[in-house]
Amino acid sequence: MAKLTLDDLKKIKEKQKATFALREGGNRAKITVHMGTCGIAAGARDIMAALMDEIARAKVEDVITTTSGCAGLCAREPMVTVEILNAPPVKYGDLTDEKIRDIFREHILGGKPVEKYALVIGSETTY
Amino acid sequence: MEKYRANLLLCAGTGCVASGTQEVKEALKEELKKRDLEDEIKLVLTGCNGFCAEGPVMLVYPEEIFYQKLTVEDIPKLVEEHFLKGRPYEKLMFREPEKRAAIPLMNDIPFFKYQVLRVLRNKGMIDPDSLDEYIARDGYMAAAKALTGMTSEEIIKTIKDSGLRGRGGAGFPTGLKWEFASKSQADQKYMLCNGDEGDPGAFMDRSVMEADPHSVIEGMVIGAKAIGATKGVIYVRAEYPLAVQRLQKAIEDCREAGLLGENILDSGFSFDVEIYLGAGAFVCGEETALMRSIEGKRGMPRPRPPFPAHKGLWDKPSVLNNVETLAQIAPTILNGSEWYRTLGTEKSPGTKVFALTGDIRNVGLVEVPMGTPLKRIIYDIGGGIKKKKKKFKSVQMGGPSGGCIPESLLDIPVTYEDIVKTGAIMGSGGMVVMDEDTCMVSTSKFFLEFTADESCGKCTPCRVGTRVMLDMLTDITEGKGKEGDIETLEDLSRDIIATSLCGLGQTAPNPVLSTIRYFREEYESHIRDHWCKTGICSHLCSFHISEELCKGCQACLKACPQQAIIGEKKKAHRIIQELCIQCRSCYDTCKFGSIKIGPPGKKDLPAPVSKAEDK
Repeated sequence: MAKLTLDDLKKIKEKQKATFALREGGNRAKITVHMGTCGIAAGARDIMAALMDEIARAKVEDVITTTSGCAGLCAREPMVTVEILNAPPVKYGDLTDEKIRDIFREHILGGKPVEKYALVIGSETTY
Repeated sequence: MEKYRANLLLCAGTGCVASGTQEVKEALKEELKKRDLEDEIKLVLTGCNGFCAEGPVMLVYPEEIFYQKLTVEDIPKLVEEHFLKGRPYEKLMFREPEKRAAIPLMNDIPFFKYQVLRVLRNKGMIDPDSLDEYIARDGYMAAAKALTGMTSEEIIKTIKDSGLRGRGGAGFPTGLKWEFASKSQADQKYMLCNGDEGDPGAFMDRSVMEADPHSVIEGMVIGAKAIGATKGVIYVRAEYPLAVQRLQKAIEDCREAGLLGENILDSGFSFDVEIYLGAGAFVCGEETALMRSIEGKRGMPRPRPPFPAHKGLWDKPSVLNNVETLAQIAPTILNGSEWYRTLGTEKSPGTKVFALTGDIRNVGLVEVPMGTPLKRIIYDIGGGIKKKKKKFKSVQMGGPSGGCIPESLLDIPVTYEDIVKTGAIMGSGGMVVMDEDTCMVSTSKFFLEFTADESCGKCTPCRVGTRVMLDMLTDITEGKGKEGDIETLEDLSRDIIATSLCGLGQTAPNPVLSTIRYFREEYESHIRDHWCKTGICSHLCSFHISEELCKGCQACLKACPQQAIIGEKKKAHRIIQELCIQCRSCYDTCKFGSIKIGPPGKKDLPAPVSKAEDK
């Protein structure tokens, strides 16, 4: 990578913002697996593996998986945040291999949040 | 803090931003300015509200009016109608109360509702390994501003005016620390980060380093410019492998992108950072010991002055800031000191991250404005005590340097000043919640064991004093306590606090002093009656089954490793005292609260008389 200038920073920011909002690249859904030490200890790696497996089986190409740090509610790890285009983010907790596969089928493919596993809709106030 | 007549909470979640929050914000700001309402009405950007489909959305307090689908064109009319004339603008109001989603919104859940994220602004949002994602959320914009548009004095003034205090525990004003170092003359200065988080039960810094490593690095770059340092070191304990790995990746990405190294962002300023792995000695969290450790020597503190701002690492002027402190630098530089002071109290502005652990339902990492009552953190955000039937007993704050706060004081706001008054300290932010099954003498013994073990041994009061106190506490928990022990402990504590060389010894007696202060009767019960009423000290208790409460379910009988419990199904059971080893298995197993804790050595209760025989 070449050395960044202030203008480059602004460009990266704009480009990435679009990705965040799932606007570019034709992505329809983003699944963030929370992988802090707490998440990993609770089994986040298995959740990630199950997701990758489901994505490969369903042969979908418009779903991104990404990792992030601790979501704060360590007691309910493993957690994921599911964002579907034009819908608010949904956080799921206390996940297992089975639950994440259900979520993948019903929420990511079917578009309907799985109420029984969902913790909350939305994101926190940053201020 | 200034009072506003109304607060406008404009949603800045990704959904609303995509629908035009930024433009609406600018228009609102302009219109409020034009109407001279800036000082009366406050505009706040919030996280995702959950109604993305109707975005951009805005909530107006105190009326709690919800506006949706805002556009730039609507703003002049909205401001005129609602904020000038006082008539809510119906056209944009949320009409049909749409069927509430079955999944709760953030604001319905206290855990999320009362949190405000500054330090943790990127938690769970970005990929910690991606520099681009950090940049997308205003990353390195503050560094760019500081490096290309601000002088060292201006940076220091902003941080000083913000009132930011060091989050490592003592709460020393960060701006002042930077000012001292910037005024020191030297050919080389160092900007250091303290990631040697050592308090049992604390994991704030680890989470920040894991979730948002760039925020720490950006804070260091700005700090380095302020004090004139060209080299930086992040001191992290080796027990945090994931944090180390993510910091390392972040540093490498920054070097490649020119955000660390020579001539950063074409500003002419050069700075680089490396990681130093600490071996996990608690004393190395103390600044002078930490610097010796980086120099490759045994980590031991030295007397101050000279302070590190004059003679620090390699005897050069150095500034050491905590992870959480550094993570707040970038937004403060970007938004200004006034912004920083909009949350928190006069003397303790901003937010604080707490690690909630222990017997609490929502174990986790939370960030709240300073001044939030302790009760709200424990009951609303933390969800109260984990076990339904158990009562709250105490919350331990500040780790081995802190103290235990009883239920009667839970109304106090969390600020540096108010916490100190209770005998605990703010510390780095660990909150260990304890329920009624906790023995406070054992708790203070636990912390003393820790400090006696971690004492570096350089000064006598700490090395010998903590050991003597620990021996006394051990005696008390084994039933060998004597009258006068409590007073001796208090005396010793005062001497150790007054004469120890560094913060470790000066604060080590705090857990003992605070438990004596609030739970003196427990010490007395241990010493006089040889009775630990919580049944934690196994020498000082005996277990019995209440005949009235026992349902005869045999759960305790199966749990007992000694087979000391006898009894038939549906008939009251009995513990054979000769066999009982006071392991508490039955107590923890019984769902009916029928196991009672008595003083030690109590003989067998009479055998349960069956009802049939009675007649």
